[in-house]
Amino acid sequence: MKVSYNWLKDYIDLDVTPEELANKITLTGIEVEDTFHPDAGLKKIVVGYVVSTKPHPNSDHLQLCQVDLGADPVQIVCGAPNVAAGQKVIVALPGSRIANNEKIKKGKMRGEVSNGMICALQEIGFSTDIAPQAYADGIYVLPADAKVGAPVYPYLGMDDAILDLAITPNRADAQSMRGVAYEVGAVYAKKPHFDVAKPVETAKPVTDVLQASVAAEKDAPSYNLRVIENVKIQPSPLWLQIRLWNAGIRPINNVVDVTNYVMLDYGQPMHAFDYDKIGSKEILVRRATDGEKLTTLDGNEHELIDDDIVISNGTKAINLAGVMGGLDSEITNETTTVVLEAAIFDPMHIRKSAQRYNLRSEASSRFEKGINKGTVLTALDHAASLIADFSDGDVLAGILSPTKIAPTATVVEVSQERINHVLGMQISTAEITKIFKRLAFGVSETNGQFKVSVPTHRWDISIPADLIEEVARLYGYDKMPTTLPASASTPGILTPQQRRVRQMTQLLEASGLNQAISYALTTSEKASQFTLTPAETTSVAWPMTVDHAVLRMNLVSGLLDDLAYNIARKQVNVALYEQGRVFLKQDAKMTRPEEVEYVAGAISGDWQAKTWNQVAKPVDFYQIKGIVTALLDQFNLKATYRVTTTRTEMHPGRTADIYVGDQLVGFVGQIHPQVEKAYRIKPTYVFQLNLTALLAIDKQAVVYQAISKYPVITRDIALLVASDVTNQAITDAIFEKGGAHLKDVTLFDSYTGANIEKGKKSLAYTLTYQNPSATLTDDEVNAAFAKVEKILVEKIGAVIR
Amino acid sequence: MSTLQEKLTQLQQKGSQDIKAASDLKQLNDIRVKLLGKKGPITEVLRGMRDLTKEERPAVGSFANKVRDALAEVVDEKKAELEQAKIAQQLATETIDVTLPGDQPKVGAHHVISQVIEQLEDTFLGMGFKVVYGYEVEEEKYNFEMLNMPKDHPARDMQDTFYITKDVLMRTHMSPDEARELEKHDFSQGPLKMVSPGRVYRRDTDDATHSHQFFQMEGQYIGKNVTMADLKGTLEFAIRQIFGEEREIRFRPSYFPFTEPSVEVDISCFKCNGKGCDVCKHTGWIEVLGAGMTHPNVLKAAGVDPEVYGGFAFGLGIDRFAMLKYGIDDIRNFYQNDVRFLTQFEKRG
Repeated sequence: MKVSYNWLKDYIDLDVTPEELANKITLTGIEVEDTFHPDAGLKKIVVGYVVSTKPHPNSDHLQLCQVDLGADPVQIVCGAPNVAAGQKVIVALPGSRIANNEKIKKGKMRGEVSNGMICALQEIGFSTDIAPQAYADGIYVLPADAKVGAPVYPYLGMDDAILDLAITPNRADAQSMRGVAYEVGAVYAKKPHFDVAKPVETAKPVTDVLQASVAAEKDAPSYNLRVIENVKIQPSPLWLQIRLWNAGIRPINNVVDVTNYVMLDYGQPMHAFDYDKIGSKEILVRRATDGEKLTTLDGNEHELIDDDIVISNGTKAINLAGVMGGLDSEITNETTTVVLEAAIFDPMHIRKSAQRYNLRSEASSRFEKGINKGTVLTALDHAASLIADFSDGDVLAGILSPTKIAPTATVVEVSQERINHVLGMQISTAEITKIFKRLAFGVSETNGQFKVSVPTHRWDISIPADLIEEVARLYGYDKMPTTLPASASTPGILTPQQRRVRQMTQLLEASGLNQAISYALTTSEKASQFTLTPAETTSVAWPMTVDHAVLRMNLVSGLLDDLAYNIARKQVNVALYEQGRVFLKQDAKMTRPEEVEYVAGAISGDWQAKTWNQVAKPVDFYQIKGIVTALLDQFNLKATYRVTTTRTEMHPGRTADIYVGDQLVGFVGQIHPQVEKAYRIKPTYVFQLNLTALLAIDKQAVVYQAISKYPVITRDIALLVASDVTNQAITDAIFEKGGAHLKDVTLFDSYTGANIEKGKKSLAYTLTYQNPSATLTDDEVNAAFAKVEKILVEKIGAVIR
Repeated sequence: MSTLQEKLTQLQQKGSQDIKAASDLKQLNDIRVKLLGKKGPITEVLRGMRDLTKEERPAVGSFANKVRDALAEVVDEKKAELEQAKIAQQLATETIDVTLPGDQPKVGAHHVISQVIEQLEDTFLGMGFKVVYGYEVEEEKYNFEMLNMPKDHPARDMQDTFYITKDVLMRTHMSPDEARELEKHDFSQGPLKMVSPGRVYRRDTDDATHSHQFFQMEGQYIGKNVTMADLKGTLEFAIRQIFGEEREIRFRPSYFPFTEPSVEVDISCFKCNGKGCDVCKHTGWIEVLGAGMTHPNVLKAAGVDPEVYGGFAFGLGIDRFAMLKYGIDDIRNFYQNDVRFLTQFEKRG
């Protein structure tokens, strides 16, 4: 809402600058986003009188104008088609500054001297949307009584200051000058004074020419019409045009301008119909029929639905109620009889219609957010009176009001104790009473109990909390003390799971991975890749782009996007991890997908960069597996790694599924080269774990074991096995027959090449034996070791070397 | 003085000279063996004592022992000196360029968004709040309905919200957790004090200042005697933890459907200390939070009696906090994961 400081001063006595006012309003109620002076940056722009014009000898469109600026007339070259002798015009003198900080100098145009420039409104800062149509393509003509040589700004309302109020949905009362005046009055403890106008009615009753009805009272709980005859359409007086353009509305003609003016003044949108073009003597407010057509003022035809409220002439729609008028009954220069409408429509229907046809307007925005029930008829009378004044029209006797609301004040009760209890302050009853009075509320108080009668202009107030807010803001939040709650103490600790996740992120970072946060909404394809377990996708109904349309079911694809982003920017050695949610719908009927915490990592490029004393080492499977193992160790979980060739996005020879017991908890491996190509990344190793599952089976509870007094005995064994025999199979076999005292099996050598026949490999393990309660003898160990050798030969086909 | 004693004195003088002249440990050892060994001159002198009278023997014997001890001491001193020199020489050959770079362990960075979240969590944990993470895919009921945003409330417009079905959507703020916790909380066990940080979604086109995904944190404190002055005190405490002890806060009236009264919370600018600069757009104040006293309708919807219980709620944008704190000018940085961005924030919280 653009509020004119000068207009506001008509309603309230202000002795503060616009800037002080803006600051005060911001701190007590409504944020002022900007305070704008229309003449800011302009310099030396004055009223000139065009004494004579003659064509420029060297141009077919320029005129040489002799312009009186208060001394001897000077010559100014002007190209505007509408410049003429006898006009008072806007002159930018040599040395002046016009819009966009442009400097005007004395100069020559095609050989003729020009002492400045005759300006159009746009050239001194008016937006093209707001400058009156009549002067859109030429210079602006000032009123005849403008004083030659005087600064031009007061004649155009440019000496005003405009406060731009950011109005929150609850303060729609401030979408009107009168509402703002009440608010400013409350802030400064001053009483606003308003003028009202009643039209002088003719003897002819309105019912002679028009009938009105409302089909459903709920759609239009207040619907009121007046008729004005013998209207002469012409421009509005300049003072009214100024008020409109300073509010950002373009002046059109005396009827339309009055409807806009009254809307700005009272917050009551108005509509004017050309009576002769209604096509009947009847107005009926009803729902549109499905498929009913209406061409609105902007020239667009809409196909309506039965959710739209329309104004009809009894047979067809002529107006989309509260949103936009119909083109057919628009006010034109030929209009002689005006039907003036002031109404309240159902806010929800107005909002939906405005949205549906993309027709949000000053009017629809006010209908959506609320209308002062107390001034519907006052505004109608005021508008009728102004139109009659400006157009020599005759207002017919009476108002057609098929529906009407009796304005009543809302009574809300609140106690001083409650106010102070909520605010944590000690405000006296006298102070509270004073605040309610400043707001122009009726108030009575007995023993700290307030009965507050809220006038119709503050329809946002209906419960005690609303009154508490009014007291708080007007008493001043700056006077509010800062205290801490005096309740019982509560433990402020993370849950074990929350703590565990924090520890895990520390471990991953200490392992060299940077934490990434990727987008959870991705493409349908990427959402479905790298899934641990099959699930249905979840899509948003109305995505902004296909890139962010489906909820991820894995974290890897996001990390690969991140890698690609880095690689495209020449960052090729990248190690990332992410911890976050995936969204899994086990079956399409679930209302919400299950939200499961995952953790994933991706490493590409060199794991060890080349330095002065280290050679470069590209990432390989065993580095990322080592990180996974460390992570699982932190959860105290023993995992097994099983060969998998079925993960289609993964390298079939370099991927393992990770199990804890029989539960699949994740996978680790290299991305399939074709997938790497699709993502435009280099060889990349990834892991992905179901963190929710790990947290559920977390074996963190530590069981202390006394350090054994008895020594360990080790035995080394070297094996020759077929090259497809896995380490897991060998260690499983060793443990199977290892005996009660086998503590640990460690691979210390793996060899293929010279001296090893093709298709074979040599592996060497250290087996560690220990009896926690006695010293082991060599005989015991030898017997156990022999069983291991036996099973390796029999089950694995190993040759012991 | 006997001739033996004279001989010993000469031996001592000569021996000392020889010892001091030794140039390495081997030479010194040779001298030591020659002088003090079993076949050395002192032993010989002592052997010559047989020829002395009984009366003479003690004096000469004692003198000889003195000489031997004195020489041994000189040898020890020389030995220490030579060893020192030898070590010094060895160390000289072992010298390296200590200004060459060290082998640094690779340490990854904690995402700046996580750092801000953890700092906020820790601040509120310290005040006895618990941390709650809710659902990112929410029911409309918790995202809107229970927060005093009934059907057809303008804030529920399609253009702001990613709907999945008519009743299910991507949460647009962190308030649903507050409604869920309110509904669950047993007030006989004390007040409800919680913060809830997390990812939220809006139908926005991504640019430098807008993101369809970002992070927020909301918190609430509901109990029997919780006041708006307590809200001011709690937020002031938290703000000072994060933006420095000198920060002042101020309340400005505002509107949120779920609080009444509602306020915007400004902090005095941490860059210019309120004098006016680009960060605070020359006002001296920066808007960082929205807050207010929980609306009675919100309490009622969760089955909490607003006549008995009440309190405050607040919400803030994590991304905005991070952008303000570090002067980051493009929100997309947080989600593109450029390592040159991520690694600037290696130090945790």
